[in-house]
Amino acid sequence: MAFTPSKETYTGKVNSVTIGIDESTVTFGGEHVLPFHTFEGVVPHRPVIAYEIQDVPPDDWPENVQKPFETVSHDPVTWAKFCQDVLKAKIIALRLKGTHPDSKNRLPEDAAKTVKEVLSAINVPVIILGSNHTEKDASVLVAAAEAAKNKNCIIGKAQEANYKTIAAAAMANNHKLIAMSELDVNLCKQLNILITQLGFDREKLIIDPMCSALGYGLEYTYSVMERIRFAALMQNDLSMQAPMVGDIGLYVWKVKETQASETDIPQWGSIEERGITWEAVTAIALLFAGAELLIMRHPRAVDAVEKVIDEFVEG
Amino acid sequence: MALTGVEIFKLLPKTNCKKCGYPTCLAFAMKLAQGQVTIDSCPDIPEDIKQKLAETSAPPVKPIVFGVGDRAVKLGEETVLFRHEKKFVNPCVFALEIKDTLAESDIQRRIEEVLNSEIERVGQKLRIDGIALTNDSHDGGRFDAAAKIIAAKAPYVPVIFCTDNPVNAETAVKLFPDKRPIIYGANSENYESMANTAKTCKAILGVAVSSDFGRSSGGLDELATLTEKIKALGVTDIVIDSGAKKAKDILRDNTFIRRAAVKKNFKPLGYPVITFAQREDSLIEALITALGVAKYSSIIVLSSIEKWKNLALFTLRQNLYTDPQVPMQVKQNIYKIGEPTSDSPLFITTNFSLTYFIVSGEIENSKVPSYIAVMDCEGLSVLTAWAAGKFTAAKIAHFIKESGIENEVKHREIIIPGYVAILSGAIEEKLEGWKVTVGPREANGIPAFLRSRAA
Ligand code: B12
Ligand code: SF4
Repeated sequence: MAFTPSKETYTGKVNSVTIGIDESTVTFGGEHVLPFHTFEGVVPHRPVIAYEIQDVPPDDWPENVQKPFETVSHDPVTWAKFCQDVLKAKIIALRLKGTHPDSKNRLPEDAAKTVKEVLSAINVPVIILGSNHTEKDASVLVAAAEAAKNKNCIIGKAQEANYKTIAAAAMANNHKLIAMSELDVNLCKQLNILITQLGFDREKLIIDPMCSALGYGLEYTYSVMERIRFAALMQNDLSMQAPMVGDIGLYVWKVKETQASETDIPQWGSIEERGITWEAVTAIALLFAGAELLIMRHPRAVDAVEKVIDEFVEG
Repeated sequence: MALTGVEIFKLLPKTNCKKCGYPTCLAFAMKLAQGQVTIDSCPDIPEDIKQKLAETSAPPVKPIVFGVGDRAVKLGEETVLFRHEKKFVNPCVFALEIKDTLAESDIQRRIEEVLNSEIERVGQKLRIDGIALTNDSHDGGRFDAAAKIIAAKAPYVPVIFCTDNPVNAETAVKLFPDKRPIIYGANSENYESMANTAKTCKAILGVAVSSDFGRSSGGLDELATLTEKIKALGVTDIVIDSGAKKAKDILRDNTFIRRAAVKKNFKPLGYPVITFAQREDSLIEALITALGVAKYSSIIVLSSIEKWKNLALFTLRQNLYTDPQVPMQVKQNIYKIGEPTSDSPLFITTNFSLTYFIVSGEIENSKVPSYIAVMDCEGLSVLTAWAAGKFTAAKIAHFIKESGIENEVKHREIIIPGYVAILSGAIEEKLEGWKVTVGPREANGIPAFLRSRAA
C-alpha cells in the first residue's frame, strides 16, 4: 500500500537570536518547525548549551559536579576561562548567586565588577543571571547590564515582580532578556506582552517557562514548552515566538537522585553516573519539548547531549 | 481518526427500531462515537459494515498484549501525538538485548540483571520488562540453547526472539508455548514463513525493513506494504521497525508513523513501534532511549541496564506517561511508617504522590515510627495546594477531626511543612487542644529534625 508521509504545515516560526559581539557571536532559534523536524522544514541553527559558573565557589553543588571545576571554581574569571578554553564552552552563564541575601548578600557594585572581569577575560557570549531573589535582582541586574553595556549579553531573569526595571536596563544597554514565568502558558504570554509593551523588542526576548528536573515536575515543563511551541508555530502567536531556555543544572543538581550515595541507596547504582545521566536526560527531554538554549553544569552531560544533537543535525 | 456520530449514523439501518435500547439510530450512533456502547448492541447492522465500524473505532495504534501473567505488558493503544492533548496510554517497554554468542554464564548474569531490575518510585514498581534474544551466531543450535536458558530461568519474562531465520525462530518460540513472545524478523524475503510460525505459535510478529538514510519516508512505504501482506496471511498482532537507528531517523520515522496512525487512521502503520537503541556508550544509549520514550516507541531494546541508567529511564517514562490533567495522587488517609505507638509523631502533608513519597521516604530514613496524615488536595504539592486554597487551616482542622487520629495518639501535636509555617496560628485556633509544630521546609531536613527532638 503506497504511503505518503503527511507533513505538517506551520504558519509561524521561532525568532532567531544572536548574542555576543565581533567574531564570537552565537545564534540560536529561527526554526520553522517543531524541534529537530528537519524532515519537513528549515532548522537553521542547532540548540546551544551554556556552561554555568558562579560569582561564589559552588559549595552547595554536589561533590560530583564540583569536581570537574575544583581547581578553577574559587574565582569566576579562572572558572570562565577554563570553560571557554578547556571545555570549549560556546556560551558562559554567570550566576550572581553571591548577591542573594542568604548567600553573601553582595552589592550590585560587586556584581558589576565581577561581570566586567569575566567579560574582559573571555570572548564567548555571556548570560548574566541574578540570584533569583526578585527584589535584589532588580538592582543587581541593572548594575550588571550597565557593566556589560553593548556586549550583547543575555540578562535574566525578569519576572512578573521585577520585569520593569530589568527590561529597561537590558534595553538601555543593548542586551537580550530572559522572561521567566511559572509553568503556565498564559502567564508566559502575559509577561511577554507586558515586556514588549514597555517598548522592548520581542525579537530580543527569551522565554524561561521555568525548568524542573527529571522526576520533579519535568512533565510540567515539558508540556508547557510544547504548548508554547504550538502557539508559536501552529497559531503564529507573535508573543510566543521567542526561543526558550532550560536552566537545567540548577534544578537537577539539587534533587536526591544526584546526591544520595550508593551506600545509602544501593539499588540506584553509581552516584556519579546517575547525576550526569540525570542532567543529560533532563536536558534532552527539554530539547524535544522545544528548548533552544540550555544552561548546564557537568561537562560529561554536556558532551553527551552535544553528540546527540550532532545526530539530529548532521547528514 | 475515529468516525463522528453523524458519520456512524449514516452507516446504521436507520429504522429506529429501538432494539439497542436507544430511541433512535442517531442516539445510538452518538453513544457509539463516545465509546459508551459496543456495535453488538444493534442486531441489525450488516456484517461488512460492522467490520468497518470496528476498524474505524479501534484505537489508531493497535493494542497488543506482550507476554502473559503478571509480567505481561500492554503495547500500543495510543491516540495522540502530544501528551498535553491526552494521556499517553501504555508506557513503552524496555528490553535487554542478550546475544546468543555469549557464554552461558554471561547469559545467566544478564537474565538475573533483568530479574533484579525492579525499583519502586512514587509508589510504582518499575522494571526492565523484557529480554531480546538476538541470533548473532546465525546458528540454530546456539539460539535454541540460549532460549532454553531463558525459558528455565525467566519463564514469565516477555521475550523477543530476534532472528531472520524462520526455522531458528520456530524452534525458539516453541519453548514458550502460549506465552505470547515476539518474533522479530519478518522482512520482505521471509515474511510468509515467519507469518506462518507466528500464527501457529500465537506469537506477535516483528516486521522490519532496512533503513535507508536519506530516503524521505525512510522505508515506511515498504513497511506498510509488508504489514498488509502479513495481515492478509492472518497475522495482525504486529510490531514494526523502520530500521531507523540514528536519532534523526528515529524521530522522523516515528513521527510519520504516529501521525499516519492518529491523523489519517492509516492502518498499515497503526502498530506499536520497536526501536533498537543500542550504543557503545551507555549514556548516549540512555539519551537515544529517551528519544524513544518521548517520541512514540512502544518497545526499546537496550544493550545494557546499569542501575543508574534504569532509574533515569524509568523516571522519564513515568513522567511522560502520567495524565497531564490529573496529577498522580495517593489516597487521603493516616499512613503509618514503621510501627507507631500512641506517642509517635504525627506529620501532615498533601496527597500529591511525589510529595507523599518524598516525605514518607525521609521519615523512613529517620527510623522513627510515625504517622503521616495525608490530606486530599487533588494531588497538588504543598505550596501549590496552599496557593490554590486547598491546604488551609480550616480544611486541615476538619480533616484531622474527622480522621480518627485522636483515638490513635495520646498527644495533641501536629507537625506541618516548613513552607506553610504561616498556617500554624490559624490551625491552633481551629483545632482546639492541639499544638502545631513547624517542621523543616525541605523533607530532607526531617531526619535531623526528628533526631533533635529525641535529644
Ligand atoms: C509544578 C507546580 C505546579 C503544578 C502543579 C503540580 C502539583 N501536582 O502540585 C501546576 C502547574 C498545576 C501549578 C499550578 C499552580 N501553582 Co504551582 N508550582 C509548581 C512548582 C513548580 C513545583 C511544585 C512541586 O511539585 N513541588 C515538589 C513537591 C514535592 O514539593 P512539596 O509538596 O512542597 O514538598 C516538599 C516540601 O514542602 C516538604 N514537605 C512536604 N510535606 C511536608 C510535610 C512536613 C511535615 C514537612 C516537615 C515537610 C514537608 O518536602 C517536599 C520536598 O522537600 C512550584 C514552584 C517550586 N519550584 O516549588 C510552583 C508553586 C508551588 N505554584 C505556585 C502557584 C501560585 C500556583 C498557582 C496558584 C498559579 C500558578 N502560578 O500557576 C496554580 C494553582 C493550582 C490550582 N489548581 O489552582 C506558587 C506558590 C506560591 C506560594 N509561595 O504560595 C509556587 C511556589 C511557584 C511560585 N514561586 O510562585 N503549580
Ligand atoms: S437497534 Fe440498530 S437499527 Fe435499531 S434503533 Fe438501534 S441502532 Fe437503529
